[in-house]
Amino acid sequence: MMGFWEVTLSLIGGLKYTCLIFALTLVLALPLGLVISFGSMSKFKPLGYVVKTFVWIIRGVPLMLQVIIFFYVPGFLLGTPVLSRFASVIAAFVINYACYFSEIYRGGIESIAKGQYEAGQVLGMTKSQIFFKIILMQVVKRILAPMSNEVITLVKDTALARVIMIVEVIQAAQNFAGYGLMWPLFYTAVFYLAFVGILTLVFGYFEKKLSYYKV
Amino acid sequence: MPILEVKNLVKSFGKTEVLKGIDFSIEKGDVLSIIGSSGSGKTTLLRCLNFLEFAENGTIAINDKVIYDGSEKAKMSEQYIREMRLHFGLVFQSFNLFPQYNVLKNITLAPMLLKTDTPENIEKHALELLEKVGLSDKLSSYPCELSGGQQQRVAIARALALSPDILCFDEPTSALDPELTGEVLKVIKQLAEHDTTMIIVTHEMNFAREVSDKVIFMDEGVIAEQGTAKELFENPKNERTATFINTITK
Ligand SMILES: Nc1ncnc2c1ncn2[C@@H]1O[C@H](COP(=O)(O)OP(=O)(O)OP(=O)(O)O)[C@@H](O)[C@H]1O
Ligand SMILES: [Mg+2]
Repeated sequence: MMGFWEVTLSLIGGLKYTCLIFALTLVLALPLGLVISFGSMSKFKPLGYVVKTFVWIIRGVPLMLQVIIFFYVPGFLLGTPVLSRFASVIAAFVINYACYFSEIYRGGIESIAKGQYEAGQVLGMTKSQIFFKIILMQVVKRILAPMSNEVITLVKDTALARVIMIVEVIQAAQNFAGYGLMWPLFYTAVFYLAFVGILTLVFGYFEKKLSYYKV
Repeated sequence: MPILEVKNLVKSFGKTEVLKGIDFSIEKGDVLSIIGSSGSGKTTLLRCLNFLEFAENGTIAINDKVIYDGSEKAKMSEQYIREMRLHFGLVFQSFNLFPQYNVLKNITLAPMLLKTDTPENIEKHALELLEKVGLSDKLSSYPCELSGGQQQRVAIARALALSPDILCFDEPTSALDPELTGEVLKVIKQLAEHDTTMIIVTHEMNFAREVSDKVIFMDEGVIAEQGTAKELFENPKNERTATFINTITK
């Protein structure tokens, strides 16, 4: 019979991937999403259409399929593996989440009243001063709730990495099921709940921090 | 020499010509009120002066120096436009304060970014302005904690912080409950007494009559009549001016 600590150690091995995928995706997709949202709002119409179509495709196709494509297709086309399993997962996740984030950003940015920009303009500010000193904080406040949903979904989506044989935490737990052990699966559930619980607290903290003003 | 001289300003949105050749001037320290019915182009005129819109034709001169020429607008850089904007201040109907900053920061933000002075002096000036608009005790309040009238007074202080040559108001009291208009008009009146050059679009006829050195009546994109407050209100020459003043003061 496998003991509690043995299982825990094994699950921690899986959890390492879960956390890495989560953290890397977040760090890379948050800024990339901003770039994509600027692209989709571009005054240069062709760029806007191309970016919007791209976002539409990425959001319309299952993330699982994107992970598989990123792993197999470049290697198949070039006749040699291009991206490691882990790199494929990160690439697929970053692009997918950046597209989701970009739509949230765009909604937030477009919801800011024109008068805020104009007030900055008549005070002689530059475009980037207006964006970073006036608009951004208001957008952050507006998008906090939808972002928190998306980030919590990301925690759970990390499990998709298993489709290309990355042993993330659920796969690690499932390996024990082969030995007739069911409880590691529930153990995993506890990991997820703790993870999501911490995120909920973090977002709650920011929401409270920003509650001193209304937009 | 007029501080501002506008000649033949023309502005269209698509096919509709909204300003059809506007000519007027204003002397330093004077108050000019612009009245006229809805849609006559008053807001558009102020927006052209503040370069939020760009007139296709006509010139804007400050102290006899042409700073804007509609026929050459393609040549103007963004930097140049920003500098020209600083000749004018604009107080919006809807205040447009920055919600995430307190009152003091709303006033000091732009001067700090533009480095118009040392931070200490900017802050000192801001405190003086707050005193002028009667809100010294509110410097650390946030806009959402203020009444509309207080917000508009902060907006006035914010515009004054950059010491514009000409301060423009677009219906500064239209978004306010009637009992709050008085406090804002009082501040504007004080500014007038201290020789602030101002252009005020307003529907407050009694107020316009009291503070203005000059009044313009706009009608369908043209200046139908201009003159002293006394001339326009007591002895309008244009029939439409007379009708407008009659209906609005009733
Ligand atoms: N951005 C715009 N695009 C198209 N038309 C516009 C735009 N801004 C103003 N107009 C039109 O220009 C005309 C003049 O508008 P403007 O806002 O200058 O009038 P106003 O005199 O300020 O009226 P009010 O007293 O209602 O504020 C109106 O017919 C308006 O519909
Ligand atoms: Mg108007």
